[in-house]
Amino acid sequence: MGSSVNLFLISLGYRSGGVAPIFTNAPKLKMVLPTPQALTLTNIVIDLAIVAFMLSLVILIYKRYGSLDVRDGRLKG
Amino acid sequence: MNLLLHSPILAIAIPLLCGLATPLISKFGKNVRDLWVTLGLLFTEFLVLILTYDVISNGIRIYTLGAKFPAEVVLTANFVPIRIILELDAFSVVMALTSVSISLIAFIYSLKFIKEGTAKIRYYTLFLLLVAAMVGLVFTGDLFSMFVFLELLSISSAALVAFYFHKGESLEAAFKYIVFSAVGALMVLLAIGLIYGQYGMLNIAALANVLKFSFSDKVALVLLIVAFAMKCGIVPLHMWVSDAYGEAPAPISAVLVVASQASLYVLFRISFTLFGGLPTIGIVAWFIIILGILSMVIGVSMAIIQNDIKRLIAYNAVSQVGYMLLGLGVGLAVIKNVTALNSFGLVAMEGGIFHIINDAIIMSLLFLTAGVIIYKTGTKKMDEMSGLAYEMPFTMVLFLIGALALAGLPPFNGFVSKLLIYESTFRFNPLLAIIAILVSILTLASFVKIFYSAFTGPRLREYNKVRDTPKTMLVAMLILALLTLLFGLFPNMVIDNLISPAAHALINQLKYVGGVL
Repeated sequence: MGSSVNLFLISLGYRSGGVAPIFTNAPKLKMVLPTPQALTLTNIVIDLAIVAFMLSLVILIYKRYGSLDVRDGRLKG
Repeated sequence: MNLLLHSPILAIAIPLLCGLATPLISKFGKNVRDLWVTLGLLFTEFLVLILTYDVISNGIRIYTLGAKFPAEVVLTANFVPIRIILELDAFSVVMALTSVSISLIAFIYSLKFIKEGTAKIRYYTLFLLLVAAMVGLVFTGDLFSMFVFLELLSISSAALVAFYFHKGESLEAAFKYIVFSAVGALMVLLAIGLIYGQYGMLNIAALANVLKFSFSDKVALVLLIVAFAMKCGIVPLHMWVSDAYGEAPAPISAVLVVASQASLYVLFRISFTLFGGLPTIGIVAWFIIILGILSMVIGVSMAIIQNDIKRLIAYNAVSQVGYMLLGLGVGLAVIKNVTALNSFGLVAMEGGIFHIINDAIIMSLLFLTAGVIIYKTGTKKMDEMSGLAYEMPFTMVLFLIGALALAGLPPFNGFVSKLLIYESTFRFNPLLAIIAILVSILTLASFVKIFYSAFTGPRLREYNKVRDTPKTMLVAMLILALLTLLFGLFPNMVIDNLISPAAHALINQLKYVGGVL
C-alpha cells in the first residue's frame, strides 16, 4: 500500500522526457517536479520506520505467546 | 536574537532535540536527566505561553522556515508561497497550550510512577518526541509537514503504548494502534497527493484560496476526514482506543487524550479552513454531527459494561469526543447562515472548544487517579478492589471531582462547556440536545460503578501493606483538580480570553488565508 501511494506521487510530478531536478549542473531541459519526489522520499523513510516498528512488535508478540495465529485464542486481536 | 520571533519553531525543536539528547544526558546520572527533561518541558511551556499571549492580542503569527525574515511569507512570482510555513492562530495556540500543559503535568506524575531502569530513558525520549509532534501538528500551516508530524505522533505514541512490553496485551494494543495509524496516514498522503496534483501547492491557507471543489477534492476531503476521525477515536473507528488507552501507562493515557485532540484540531482545521467554502459543507457538518452522536451513545454504553477500570475511562473518552464533534459540527452546519451563526452557532463552537480543554483536564485527572489505584493495588479489575476509601481518601476525592465534572455537574468545568453545547444544539435540533443530556447521565452511571466497586465496600486485608503514593503524583493530580474547579467557578475568564478568540479564528477563514497571502 505504501508503495502504491509512492508510485502515485511520483507519477504526479512526472513530465515526459524530464530530467532529474538537480539544479546545480543539470542541462536546461524539462525537469520533473521536485516536490513530489521530496514527498516520496520522506514517505519511504517513514514507511521504513513504521515497518521496522511493526516487525519488532510482532517479534515481541511471538516471544510472548509463541504463536502469531489469531485463532490461537490467547491473542485477542 | 528575538525569542518571540523564533518561538514557533523553537516550541517544536526544543522538545525534539531535548528528547533525542536525553539518552546522552542520562549518562550523568538520573537527577541530571530528570532536571534536563523538566527544563525542556518548562521552556516549551513558556514559549507556548508567550505565543498564546501574543497571538490572542496581536492576531495571526507566521513563521517561514529558513527565510531571512521568518515572520514574512516568501512568495514566488505568481504568488505561490514557498517553503514550509507555520501558521498560528488563536485556535492553534489554545490547542498547543492544552497539549503542552497536560504533558507537563503527566510528566510530573511519571517522575515516580515509571519505575527506574533503562526503560525510563526511552520513556522520556518518546514522551518528548510525542510533545514535539503534538505542537508541530497544531502549528503547521502546510499539509505535508502535517503528515510528517502525524507519523511522528503515531510512532512515538504506539511505542509508548507498548511500554510494558512484557505484557502481551499492551503489545497487541500497540500493534493494533500502529496498523490503524499507518493505514490512516497513507490515506492522508493519498489525499495530499490528490490536492497537490491539481493545484501544485501544499500550504493550507493558499489552497483554501484557490480550491475549486472538483470531484477529486471531495475524494481528498473524505480521505482526510476518515483518517483524522480514526486518529481521534470516533465510532465506528474506535476499536483501538480502549486497548491503547487501557494498556498504556496511566500518564501516557492522559497524554494520548491530548494527542487525539491534536488530530481533532486537524480535522476541524481541514473542514473549517480548507474546505469551509464548499457549497455542500452542510452535509459534511451533518456527517460530523452524526459521527459525534454515534460516538457519544456507543462509547458510553460500552463503558458501562466494562470491568477494567482504565478501559471504562477509555470508552468514556470516546463518548466525550462526541460532544466536541457535536458542538463544532453544529457550528460548521450553520457557517453559511450568519444570523443562525451569531445566535447559536458560535456558542456551540465555544462550547465545543471549551469542552476540548475541559475534557483534556478531566480525562487526565481520571486516568491519573486510576493510575494511582493500579499503582497501589496492582490490579486493574474492579471486582478485585474494595474499600479503597479507607486507604486513600485523598485519591477518592480527586476521583469524585473528575467523575462529577465529566458528567457535567456544577460547580465543575464540565458543567459549563456541556451547558453551552446543550443550549445551542437545542436551538439547532432539540433531539441532539436530548441525546447529549442522556449520555451525560449514563456517564455518571458508569462512574458510580467504579466508585461503588472500588472505593466503598469492606476493607480488604491485602491492602494493609500498600505502598504510599509519591508526592509528585499527588501534586500532578491536585493541579488538575484545582484547574477543574477554577474553570468551573470562573468560566468567563477562560471563555473571553481563550475560547472566544479561538472560535472566531476557526470561523474566519479569510483571515487565516490573509495571514499568508
